[in-house]
Amino acid sequence: MQSEPILEMRDITKIFPGVRALDGVTFDLFPGEIHALVGENGAGKSTLMKILGGVYPERGGEIRIDGKSRQFNGVRDAERAGVAVVFQELSLVRELTVGENIFLGREPSRLGIVDWDRLYAQAASFLRELGVDINPRARVGSLGTGRQQMVEIAKALSHDARILVLDEPTAALTDAESKHLFAVLSGLRRRGIGIIYISHRLQEVLEISDRITVLRDGKTVDTAPVARLTEQQLIVRMVGREVSQLFPRTNRTVGDVAFEARHISVPDPARRERLLVDDVSFAIRKGEVLGIAGLMGAGRTELLTALFGASPAGFTGEVLLDGQLVKIRNPADAIAHGIGLVTEDRKRSGLVLDETVLTNMTLVALQRVSGAFVTDQAREIHAGKPLFESLRIKAPSLFSIARTLSGGTQQKVVLAKWLLNDAKVLFFDEPTRGIDVGAKAEIYQLIDRLAQSGVAILMVSSELPEVLGLSDRILVLRQGRIAGEFSRDRATPEAVMACAIGGTATAA
Amino acid sequence: MLSEEPPRPLDGASQCQRVIKVSNQAGAAQAGAPPQTALPVKKAPRKFLSVSAIRSYSLVAAIAIVWIAFAFATDGIFLEPRNFSNLMRQTAVTGILSVGMVMVIVAAEIDLSVGSLIGLSGMAAVMMQTVAHAGFLSSVLVGLGVGLAVGALQGYLTAYARIPSFIVTLGGLLAWRGAAQGISGGNTYPIESPSFMSLGQSYTSPAIGIVLMLAALAAIIWYVLRRRMVQRRLEIELWSPAGAIIRVAVPAVVVIGFVLMLNAYAGIPVPVLILAAIALAGAFLMSHTTFGRRLYAVGGNPEAAKYSGVNVRRQVLWAFCILGLLSGIAGCVYTARVGSAGPEAGTLLELDAIAACVIGGASLLGGRGTVWGSCLGALFMASLDNGMSLKDVPDFVQSIVKGGILVLAVGLDALARQRE
Repeated sequence: MQSEPILEMRDITKIFPGVRALDGVTFDLFPGEIHALVGENGAGKSTLMKILGGVYPERGGEIRIDGKSRQFNGVRDAERAGVAVVFQELSLVRELTVGENIFLGREPSRLGIVDWDRLYAQAASFLRELGVDINPRARVGSLGTGRQQMVEIAKALSHDARILVLDEPTAALTDAESKHLFAVLSGLRRRGIGIIYISHRLQEVLEISDRITVLRDGKTVDTAPVARLTEQQLIVRMVGREVSQLFPRTNRTVGDVAFEARHISVPDPARRERLLVDDVSFAIRKGEVLGIAGLMGAGRTELLTALFGASPAGFTGEVLLDGQLVKIRNPADAIAHGIGLVTEDRKRSGLVLDETVLTNMTLVALQRVSGAFVTDQAREIHAGKPLFESLRIKAPSLFSIARTLSGGTQQKVVLAKWLLNDAKVLFFDEPTRGIDVGAKAEIYQLIDRLAQSGVAILMVSSELPEVLGLSDRILVLRQGRIAGEFSRDRATPEAVMACAIGGTATAA
Repeated sequence: MLSEEPPRPLDGASQCQRVIKVSNQAGAAQAGAPPQTALPVKKAPRKFLSVSAIRSYSLVAAIAIVWIAFAFATDGIFLEPRNFSNLMRQTAVTGILSVGMVMVIVAAEIDLSVGSLIGLSGMAAVMMQTVAHAGFLSSVLVGLGVGLAVGALQGYLTAYARIPSFIVTLGGLLAWRGAAQGISGGNTYPIESPSFMSLGQSYTSPAIGIVLMLAALAAIIWYVLRRRMVQRRLEIELWSPAGAIIRVAVPAVVVIGFVLMLNAYAGIPVPVLILAAIALAGAFLMSHTTFGRRLYAVGGNPEAAKYSGVNVRRQVLWAFCILGLLSGIAGCVYTARVGSAGPEAGTLLELDAIAACVIGGASLLGGRGTVWGSCLGALFMASLDNGMSLKDVPDFVQSIVKGGILVLAVGLDALARQRE
């Protein structure tokens, strides 16, 4: 590492509407180095890498490669500069062969006629260099996830990349596949390639990287050589954020058990023998907020979706409402029992974006607030307007189109949809994702008020302060199982994070 | 609060009003947040006219322009009562189909089989008369039954067996045409029942036309007054007094003009009466019932509809059933208008119906489209047909013009949306 850095990123700032995603981030990389980037979900890691990869051309600050300042106006620019990014979601075409994928869009050809022999020969040599044994003529869809990852890396390197970014490469890999990946990465390091490695798995990061940078809330917390860090220190740096005054801490009276889940297991729809949620049991009382913490892929969303009856492969286990065993086979069943789900992705599953605020609000409770079969707009307004006002939905009117509203306002519309139906049990999945701070505070207030009125609330969030600030109790999921439970007073960010990550740092 | 809670009232709003009062503390917390993160979020400016409103006005304007142009080109023949009556009769079959088609399109599906289904259901109805010597009622019921059964089958295959509707109904396009040829042995069968014939060829007497007109006017006034009353009672002023008057005046003028024009020739053609009834029922179903609301949600965002407890598959099945039934009705009307059932009856009508919906503002991506728009689209297409035929424009030119206008209309709309 005596040489000059191949990459320097200085003062990188990126603003999305309403959110400052990155704020003066500094990051550098030397040839032959593995530099890990860690941080909580939403700390800005992926945004930083998307800037480096040319996905977001507009940003503040400077990117230097080999000492020369660069502006990337697209992915192609970054590729030409020697940057290759392997994103979390693999970008391979499953129906094409390995070779075709590696050379997609720049097949060796003469006069538009593809030279297949050359294509496969070159693909084979790229794969050999990586030290992996994959047939370049195999269809990508027929390979396991680990091998697909290798193809993705081969594809990245075929662009003569000298800077390789890997975003959560081991998230979907088995242990053996991960070991193989690390061996391949060591080989690349010897060839002088600089590798940026993003991962939640801190042990893995400590094992393979040379330096580690911690991001938090869009800012660089620290960059340090790996020898000077322990897992515990990393966790403290990742979560060490003062819990702000955003969270209402009212005293709520907790009532009887409203909702109980017993031995819930959710199979993976693609591979039924694999369980996304594995034997999870819990109960929520009236007026209680139960938070669920965990890393991405721990099965949190899958649990909520399944309990709402919307999981493609269904679930096993028992659900009790007010002590009564109930069957939940589809969302209509769940809704009939007074359960509501505020989904993670408003745009995909929460709102009909081209419809009005009012239409969206009344979609669930339509027959109650409008008419059994014949609808009546005046009655809908009568039911919806007070809620529109009390939730302070910041839309020009009830007839504004949902698409035109800000994230926080859209989220309130989704919430209104459930409130109009008098939901007694509400599931929140990432209730404040993509919402600016001011609107977040309002959502927190609403959740608190709902709990006060006796609604039982189950909330999944990747933002630790949010879980800690709002919940009466916290369940931690890890790889589909309950890894720990914390009462409000015992839950510290460090303890919850350690429990979610698992491994040596787990609190007793 | 919990202990004193009575059984929850059915009126969903009241509970929420009590529960959810966002206090101003939220604002205080906002003020306490780091200032740089609270960036202003762009708000969409309020539009005077919605896009869909501009769209339906422009379609009305386009029809007016076409009518005026043809009136000039034909020395006024185009707008004479006799031709107006013909034009309306020509619109009827496509119009009936497009009422059902728009429902399927709003659900983000498509049906390519309706032309063949017209042939099959019309053939089945007429063969009931010639082969089984059945009467009017049973032959009509057979025609409708065939349509409904086919619609239900195709809907089931689309919604529950998960075969794309394009494929299911492309198969239907071939299969039902084949079935029509098969049961008829390739022969054309004449209609025997005079009542059946009247479905396509009769007119109401002018007196009945006037009675129907008065009934329609009364219904319009009653409907507007009733909704005004509900609005008053709930203290929700959706319509200003002027707005209410416009809502009476515009349909009233259209109905009066329409009936007087038709009476000036021979009275209201029965197919037009059937279309009017179906369009009215269809428009009501789509914009004033829970069924319609959910259908728009299913087409607009099936995920969100599912998470809101809507049975997405059942909605799709129903849309296909309705279209099937309407195809059966259209089959009877079409056959009756022609006077006999031929094995090739109704060929390519599915494309006219789809074109009518699309010109009328429906999006093939689903979630958007109206019954009235589709009927206007059908009228627009029929106007082109009728006017060009009056001018003896060769068939091939007619096809080219219609095809070009369809693509142009959708292209202009796409352009307008991009600008938005």
